[in-house]
Amino acid sequence: MAPAVTLRSAVALLGRFPALAGVDLDVEEGTVLAVLGPNGAGKTSLLHLLGGLLALRSGTGRVLGCDLATQRRALRPQVGLLGHASTLYPELSAAENLAFGLRAMRRPASDGAVALERVGLIGALATVPSRSLSAGQQRRVGLAWLAARRPALWLLDEPSAGLDEDGRELCDALVEEAVRGGATVVLSSHDPDRVARIADLVVDLAGGVVAQVRVGERARRVA
Amino acid sequence: MWRDAVLVCGKDLRIEARTRVLLWQVVPFGVLALILFALALGPSEVALRHGAPGLLWLALLLASVLASSRSAAIEATEGTRATVRLLGLDAGGVFLGKAIALGVQLLVLAGVLELGLLVLFHVDGGRLALTTPICLLAVAALAAVGTLYGALVAGTEVSVTLLPLLVLPALAPVLIAGERGTASVLAGGGPGRWAIVLAVMAVVYLAVGVVLYGPLEDPA
Repeated sequence: MAPAVTLRSAVALLGRFPALAGVDLDVEEGTVLAVLGPNGAGKTSLLHLLGGLLALRSGTGRVLGCDLATQRRALRPQVGLLGHASTLYPELSAAENLAFGLRAMRRPASDGAVALERVGLIGALATVPSRSLSAGQQRRVGLAWLAARRPALWLLDEPSAGLDEDGRELCDALVEEAVRGGATVVLSSHDPDRVARIADLVVDLAGGVVAQVRVGERARRVA
Repeated sequence: MWRDAVLVCGKDLRIEARTRVLLWQVVPFGVLALILFALALGPSEVALRHGAPGLLWLALLLASVLASSRSAAIEATEGTRATVRLLGLDAGGVFLGKAIALGVQLLVLAGVLELGLLVLFHVDGGRLALTTPICLLAVAALAAVGTLYGALVAGTEVSVTLLPLLVLPALAPVLIAGERGTASVLAGGGPGRWAIVLAVMAVVYLAVGVVLYGPLEDPA
């Protein structure tokens, strides 16, 4: 398999603070990488670096064939992010948010309705302003956006936060579907047992560097 | 670029239609400013007519800062900023879309304020209608500057106070040209060179915005 992510001594700053202080990482296409670590370890910064949202200050990095130093704009449309902060326009409904994104990416807006149905947001839930939705429902809209968009790289920042058990199962199922379809998934979590089940590779971050790498249960199952 | 501009413009106008910030906050603020200006000048019709052009543009300028702040706030959260960046939209298109949406709102505001000028400042309605080209050009410049500086301060903790400090000096030339052009038309003349000055400012501000919006939204 080709490498989806290659980082060497990658450094990224938040202001003047080195959120990532020399990360080495290899992720193959079509696999799931789980990133674990305490608050402030650099998990979110790593996801933002991989999505081209945070600049690479030193070291080298390639994601989906794009150089992180020079080709971040080309990389971004291939990446989908489910972050801490809601990515929705609160005044627009879930359906309108998805339609806007899909039109921007020159995809049929009708894909949004199918994806919303998949995550259980049907009827009024899809048409009320998204600020009226609960945090968990907004999270589901984010998952629907990824399912409709089908990016080559999924970046999930603590995806199960705010989701009920059904939502977590749904999230795991979508991740598995995406990987089977050839996508690569990088997710951060504070739940080591759960992510170890769905990940091929588990990385522990501490102080902005990789402290430990181990094989996940999915890799053993697939093998 | 234009396709993205239409998409972003439609989205911003749809959000405005939902929130009605223009209707309930920006327009009332502009009208209130105009009323206060009229009260400050006193009952003399001559004084009111004489001061009308400058006070119209001052009220529009101040209210436009509110509208610009609201326009920038649509993409002020980390999440929505990430959304736009990950969509791969053309930065120039995003700028133009937001500027056009803001311009449409400022035209509505200008129309209401001109009605206020008729009622409060006793200006000639026929002559006031002839200021439309001046109004269109000045609004294009206001929208371009407001959108550009809005992107500059978006996401900062001091955006609400910083935006007026940055925008108002940059818009002083628009205030001067708008006032002179409007005064000339209301006095029975034509807009003359002031329309050309405003047209040049609108084109320059829009061009600068198209070029700079990407780096502002996406610093290295």
